[in-house]
Amino acid sequence: MADRNLVIERRHFVLPASEIGRLIAALARRDYEVHGPRVRDGAIVYDHIESPKELPVGWTDEQEPGRYGLKRRADDAFFGYVVGPQSLKKYLHPADVRLLSAERKDGTFRILNNETAPKHPYAFLGVRACELAAVGAQDRVLLEDKYVDPVYKERRLGVFVVAVQCTQSAKTCFCVSMGTGPRARAGFDLALTELLGNGSHGFVVETGSERGAEVLAELQAAPATDADLHEAEAAVEGAARQQVRSIDTTGIKELLYQNFEHPRWDDVARRCLTCANCTMVCPTCFCTTVEDVTDVTGDHAERWRRWDSCFTLGFSYIHGGNIRNSSKARYRQWMTHKLASWIDQFGGSGCVGCGRCITWCPPGIDITEEVRAIREG
Amino acid sequence: MNSAAIALEPMMPQTHSVREVIKETPDTFTLTLQPEDGAGAIGFQPGQFSMLWVFGVGELPISISGDPGKQDRLVYTVRSVGKATNAFVSQKPGAGVGVRGPFGIGWPVDAARGRDLVIVAGGIGLAPLRPVIYHVLSHRTEYGRLVLLYGARSPRDLLYRKELASWARQRDTQVLTTVDYGGLSWRNHVGVVTTLLKYARLRPAQSVAMLCGPEIMMRFVARDLEGHGFGRRQIYLSMERNMKCAVGFCGHCQYGPHFICKDGPVFTYEQIGPMMDKYEL
Repeated sequence: MADRNLVIERRHFVLPASEIGRLIAALARRDYEVHGPRVRDGAIVYDHIESPKELPVGWTDEQEPGRYGLKRRADDAFFGYVVGPQSLKKYLHPADVRLLSAERKDGTFRILNNETAPKHPYAFLGVRACELAAVGAQDRVLLEDKYVDPVYKERRLGVFVVAVQCTQSAKTCFCVSMGTGPRARAGFDLALTELLGNGSHGFVVETGSERGAEVLAELQAAPATDADLHEAEAAVEGAARQQVRSIDTTGIKELLYQNFEHPRWDDVARRCLTCANCTMVCPTCFCTTVEDVTDVTGDHAERWRRWDSCFTLGFSYIHGGNIRNSSKARYRQWMTHKLASWIDQFGGSGCVGCGRCITWCPPGIDITEEVRAIREG
Repeated sequence: MNSAAIALEPMMPQTHSVREVIKETPDTFTLTLQPEDGAGAIGFQPGQFSMLWVFGVGELPISISGDPGKQDRLVYTVRSVGKATNAFVSQKPGAGVGVRGPFGIGWPVDAARGRDLVIVAGGIGLAPLRPVIYHVLSHRTEYGRLVLLYGARSPRDLLYRKELASWARQRDTQVLTTVDYGGLSWRNHVGVVTTLLKYARLRPAQSVAMLCGPEIMMRFVARDLEGHGFGRRQIYLSMERNMKCAVGFCGHCQYGPHFICKDGPVFTYEQIGPMMDKYEL
């Protein structure tokens, strides 16, 4: 991803839709493994992309609390959807990582190896502003705190990001209120705004790094006119205006700290299944556990780090019992951490307003509604 | 394991050899480990902990209970309560175990210089405090009075019995023990550890208190110490929560805004006192 300390002159170009294939090829030529959106199992997920035909051309997503579905669009938009269940967390902070394997011999053991880095650096295509904000949040936890996670670091550094500016919002989006979108302002090498008006299909491209500018130089890009920029700006503003959800973040840390006891926690606990879906789809949730496994001889052991969730009962287990037995305590921990204690821990919110936790919650618990209910009484 | 290795590979254990196993009580053992590569000084501070890995079984967050004056070895006192602790205390001399660390913020032994130390321990909670006692006794002139109040379930659950007796004979040192159930041969205090406070030679204005034991015990001790005139900043507690990583990645040990692993395990009562009354925090 672009070096955030590197200030370059932002330049804008227009790129015909037909050039998207050459963009993918240019990245692959630079030894990146290109990953982008594609349709699989009724959802738009991140996967390895080699050709623009693999992109979700002509698809959009419809999202509501507890509901997600794909629908055909009337046009051939490449990026005409909002966000799928996956985020870059899938790649940079993978769900399963082998921390080590070891072999026992004569009463002692030696550690054989640890997880190897991906062979090729990742290039991500179609990354949204909220997802970039989420990467920034995970950087604070895994890269910029007291300790550095080598697994995250080797995946994260050197990443190339082609962002896509949102030109539509889902009903579950609330990035405007979290100050993270819909426009991506930093953290990308190139940012595309897809424009489909007036019978022409193309992109306004913003360069975010020298690397981005170099890649763009290989494509048939022309300098953008003021009219192009206005059209792109209007499209992103349109996405912002579509948002129907918001969190009032004024004094939110104090609000949640002061409402550790509030009847709403009992109310949400009656709806929450403690299924952990919200934490799995959340692009900033970073919690993990470690599992030890052995082969049948018992002489070969491995340690695996896997995503974990504060919604599971065993998450808080210490000798004598679990700290958070009730689903009330577990939901309260998740939401209070996300919106309040995260600020104390890492200097900013743990929520980027992507709305995935709302969409993928089976009973459709809406974090924006829960905050509102606590604030109102 | 030195700090450079932790910085580079914080999740990678270093192989250590078990040098000695001492049975303290029927279920509690003290193991001495040394790095297999014979590396020099470990550089641990009193109150810090390590992650101890038993091959193929699991990892344990365990406080160091050894003498900080002996930096060539790591000593841990572990009560066998589950699969991993049982596997650890069953290790024989010569066996290999994995060690990560040391981690965390320990006891304020430097800031406490010149003051009386009031150490209150419950059960296995004496183990993380023993390095402080060693440190004070080997730097005796730098500290004021040493008061140790120690409670255990029964006489046979008392840790470090010979050392308790020898500490009690040291200059300007008071050691009081109590048990929940005494039995006929017990000639000492019976009751929770807070009952010892009235026998302790306390000079609150010039003291630092260090507490380790079950959370409920620490709550009541801290409350009573406040009643004796201790300020909340003079009271330190070592906290326990589930830990998988010890370096702030896994999220398990969160306690309000704190990560017990990297912001603690030792906190002032001022920092965490208000949280201790919150059920299921």
